[in-house]
Amino acid sequence: MKFLLVEDNKELADAISSRMRLDGHVIEHAENLADARAFVEVGEYDLILLDIMLPDGDGRSFLKAHRASDHDTPVIVLTARSQVSDRIGSLDLGADDYLTKPFDHAELEARCRAVLRRKAGKTKTVIELGGIVFDPLAGLLSVNGESVNLRNRELRLFELLINSPGQVFSKQKLSDRLFSYDDDVSENAIEVYIGRLRKHLENSSLKITTLRGLGYRLDHVR
Amino acid sequence: MSANMATSGSLRNRLVLILVGGAAILAYLLFFAIRNYATQVAQQGQDSILSASITSILDAAAIQGDVVEVDLPYAAFSMLSTAFDDQIFYAIYQDDAFLSGYETLAIAGVAARETVFNTVDYQGTQVRVVTASRTLIGKDKRTQIRVALAQTQDALAGTLRQISRNAAIFGASFFLLATLLSFWATSSTIGQLNRLTNSVTRRGPQDLSPFHKPVPSEMLPLVTSLNSLMARLDHTLKQSEDFIAEAAHRVRTPLATVRSYAEATLQRVDKEENRQAMRSMVRAIDESSRAAGQLLDHAMITFRADHLEQQDVDLSALIHDLVERLKPIAEMKDLTLRLHSDAQVPYKGDAILLQNAVRNLLDNALKYSPSESVVDIHVTCTPNVEIRVCDSGKGFPKGELDTLAMRFKRGMNAEGTIGSGLGLTIAMDVAVAHNGTLRLSNQAEGGACASLLL
Repeated sequence: MKFLLVEDNKELADAISSRMRLDGHVIEHAENLADARAFVEVGEYDLILLDIMLPDGDGRSFLKAHRASDHDTPVIVLTARSQVSDRIGSLDLGADDYLTKPFDHAELEARCRAVLRRKAGKTKTVIELGGIVFDPLAGLLSVNGESVNLRNRELRLFELLINSPGQVFSKQKLSDRLFSYDDDVSENAIEVYIGRLRKHLENSSLKITTLRGLGYRLDHVR
Repeated sequence: MSANMATSGSLRNRLVLILVGGAAILAYLLFFAIRNYATQVAQQGQDSILSASITSILDAAAIQGDVVEVDLPYAAFSMLSTAFDDQIFYAIYQDDAFLSGYETLAIAGVAARETVFNTVDYQGTQVRVVTASRTLIGKDKRTQIRVALAQTQDALAGTLRQISRNAAIFGASFFLLATLLSFWATSSTIGQLNRLTNSVTRRGPQDLSPFHKPVPSEMLPLVTSLNSLMARLDHTLKQSEDFIAEAAHRVRTPLATVRSYAEATLQRVDKEENRQAMRSMVRAIDESSRAAGQLLDHAMITFRADHLEQQDVDLSALIHDLVERLKPIAEMKDLTLRLHSDAQVPYKGDAILLQNAVRNLLDNALKYSPSESVVDIHVTCTPNVEIRVCDSGKGFPKGELDTLAMRFKRGMNAEGTIGSGLGLTIAMDVAVAHNGTLRLSNQAEGGACASLLL
């Protein structure tokens, strides 16, 4: 997926970008409205993440102009403003969703996913490997032509593993991606989800290997 | 607010008092003026008849040889007859010696050809006495005849009574008319003020535009200053709104940066104690940003609740949108949000407040629900409008159901969950602003239920 991030705070933009890249997305960064307009003119994006307060104007004016010129690229507004008054304004102007800073990256991810799913059909990223077809956007996995419905956490776990087959992920790393920071979860909770995924993948040539003391790894067994 | 404000009396009362009081004094003066004038005229009438009568008596006096002869003419008394049968007294003296009539009728010393009028008490009634004298000259003889003629004043009093009555009626009607006029004048003047007051009161809380309706020229300075006050208020409000937005931006953007970095770092750090520190950091950031957000929301809600805006809202659609928006968050915990709603739940209230209240209830349900469970949301308008959010978590701690909605009060079992303790307070405040209540309960089969009864 190709994202455009319009955010004037360089550190925050870097942090969001690096995190997005980790998930396998391509992300371009515009620091102000003028740059954003230029980016939108030349490039095609699957999603725009738009800050409201920018040095050369209000993000909402960009959103308005963007919608007026018949672009239907989904837009998620990132706002630091106080909650009650601002939200409604940006939704009325055609934003698909909004997030209040600071946000949980997992929530941003979830919202991106939800918005993209709603607007699905334009681009399809499907991963085919070892007898499975995986559509991360729709959350659809089919194993040997038989479709399996993944729950959200299973989906996020599988997405992580299949994006880097052969890489070892520690239990803690997986926990951090799956559970929010205020959930009190034991490290063993991850085992439940690994177990479920293993069951889903039984009929494929993909296998989740436990490396004692290190974590888990997705292997393609030929 | 107006109840606490000191008033310096009522303008209407003051106006009415001055106008009616003025009219009363005027009516009273009018009455007296008419009565006095009438008394004078009536007295003059009696006096002129008395004077004519006494003149005719004196004219009838003559010296016949040595004696003085006074032949009282019939006309002298008949001209004095009245409808009230007034009594007549007379006394005739010749050179201070009593001749005829009532001796007790005292006579003042009167110079020749001079007529003197007096009002005195005689035999218990008030009489008008006229005295006059004439010098008769006969052969070698010169004598002075003096006559006193008195008449009771019954007819005069009767006439005066009648005139007084008419004057009183006239004064009272004048007073009544003036009173009516003053009420009319007052209410039409105050009416202008009231119209202005009404158009100020009827305005929505957000409406700070100037007045354009024509007003009487005397009120123009007031309206002008009101308009300039509103312009300044509008400016100040915009400024403080901008300030809050700016402050939030300045606080939240760096927090967001720190949070994103901490999260990204967490992905790379392996050492457990470092990871623990990073996690605590993220939690602290979440805690502070949530508290800041809730405080701002709470301030906003307190403000809006004071100036409640009543719009037609379809609660069913409102909550449907809200649930749709929260679905991505619910999915992160594999929670299912189930909305049971009547097709339409029309309600009159502040949509933003109601949405915020329900949002807080839903946030709580999402936070305290175990993974892969169900949160039920009921929206109904029968028998009363009710929004109920039920989860299948641990439920509210028993014995704390009454205190949980208090400011910054958190449940004993909320340890380890991020929250500010303002969520239920906000929901409660919104309910109260809409004349409703917030009811907290635990389900028999486990899980908490929060109901907004509107």
